[in-house]
Amino acid sequence: MTTSRGRHRLGALVFLAPGLTYIVVLVLVPLALVLSFTFFQRGRFGGVIYEFTTENFARAIDPLYLGVVGTSLKIAALTTLIALALGYPTAYLIARLPRRWKTIALIAIVLPFWTNFIIRMYAWIILLNGPGLVNSGFELFGLGPYELLYNQGAIVAGLLYSYLPLMVLPLYAAIEKLDPQLREASANLGASGFTTFRRVTLPLTLPGVLTGSMFVFVPSFANFVIPEMLGGGKTLMVGNLIRNEFLKARDWPFGSTLATALVAVLVLLLLAQAWAARRA
Amino acid sequence: MRRPRLLYIPFWATLVFLYAPIAVLVVMSFNSGDSAYTFEGFSLKWYGVLAENERVLDGLVNTLIVAAGSTVLATVLGTLLAVGLARHTRSRSLDAVALMPAVLPDLVLAIGLLMFYGLVQFTLGVTSVILAHAVFSMAFVAAVVRTRLTGADPSLEEASRDLGAGPVTTFVRVTLPQLTPGIVAGALLAFTLSLDEFVIAFFTIGNLEQTLPIVIYSMVRFGVEPQINALGTLLLLVSFTAVIIGQRMTRIGEARAQD
Repeated sequence: MTTSRGRHRLGALVFLAPGLTYIVVLVLVPLALVLSFTFFQRGRFGGVIYEFTTENFARAIDPLYLGVVGTSLKIAALTTLIALALGYPTAYLIARLPRRWKTIALIAIVLPFWTNFIIRMYAWIILLNGPGLVNSGFELFGLGPYELLYNQGAIVAGLLYSYLPLMVLPLYAAIEKLDPQLREASANLGASGFTTFRRVTLPLTLPGVLTGSMFVFVPSFANFVIPEMLGGGKTLMVGNLIRNEFLKARDWPFGSTLATALVAVLVLLLLAQAWAARRA
Repeated sequence: MRRPRLLYIPFWATLVFLYAPIAVLVVMSFNSGDSAYTFEGFSLKWYGVLAENERVLDGLVNTLIVAAGSTVLATVLGTLLAVGLARHTRSRSLDAVALMPAVLPDLVLAIGLLMFYGLVQFTLGVTSVILAHAVFSMAFVAAVVRTRLTGADPSLEEASRDLGAGPVTTFVRVTLPQLTPGIVAGALLAFTLSLDEFVIAFFTIGNLEQTLPIVIYSMVRFGVEPQINALGTLLLLVSFTAVIIGQRMTRIGEARAQD
């Protein structure tokens, strides 16, 4: 008995130790660094002065930075809502397709996701730019040309394009699991199609809605590449601030503070999501 | 099953939205003219220009080195971790720790690693990116292999041990063969994720070297560059092939598991 348990412990050590050590050194230690740097000061020449200060937090709640957080929340929320509006009916339809077509439709949704992210954004520049295809389309109807690129709308389009598959997949999983008999029962009891959707389908697929929304919201909120490429750098999001503090201003303490704030916002959202999922 | 007609509108809208930019990219890559917006005629000119672009080729080589290196590292570490989590512990907090690198925003991981490398004075370059990519890839490999493990029958491993095989023999001869489809799928996932990864590489590669996504980023930042269309089309071809092969392999794996 003891030898078996001893062997079991040794097994646990052999299998778990390499991966967990790796995570401690290259994830937990770096995260601890980010956290601790929020209390340090920036040196005069870009270095760091290891003296305790809360000055970074005071600076972070400046209306200027809070405004950026507000813009990021707004853009990420709008992206999530549109993704939901497009993704829910799409996932619903795919879940009702014949088996063969189901697989093909799912692959079709995911495929663009596996191509280079920067190049996909570049394709949007070509589409939206002044003489691009979208404006040519408008021209056929005697409209435009419009300024489609380098604004918040273009940022939302880019984010939506990047993360839409992450909305469709969890929704599909939730809708696919749904027992069709429940809807039949609801219809037999005299509920209209809409009532059945509102009272049966939607509540039962809410966990999928919440998961998909997090999958879209989190990377949208923390993005800095899309605001830069499609927003033309005119709209700052939290990610842009953090990027600039680290790679341009070289102010690690303040950059760390902003990153910590970003993680705090996301953790709050995750907790809210877990709370909502439990109530559903 | 009933499929409301109305649902086809958002479904097709989604597909058009997803594929229109890609279609434009592919068509424009064969443009004979210099314009990024009007198609003047068929030619392979931009593929020729691309083939002579040394920055792109260097970036490609670095990207392949990073993807291969991080995939090997992530696959070994992730597989061991998955087996350890599924068979040797019941700790749910360890599960959460193992998944953390995959859910953490890439930007936060990127700056954390930049600071870490800076403080321990690790030279930034291809090696630091390999180590960084293996962090999140490992979490994905572990997750994929774990789903496979929950489907596997632990009594086979018990039987092997009862018959006198040591833990190493049992792992190599019984556990690993059952996990192979999961490990292959995990490795493919790790490889594709690394090929495309931008943010973490951007922060941890330093000034001397570049991966392909970084080269592309610096090329398109200041305007339209038609050879990017050709590069995009080639990369699409590679990713699509990889996805289809991956799909086939999981299907073969599933078919075998069902036999």
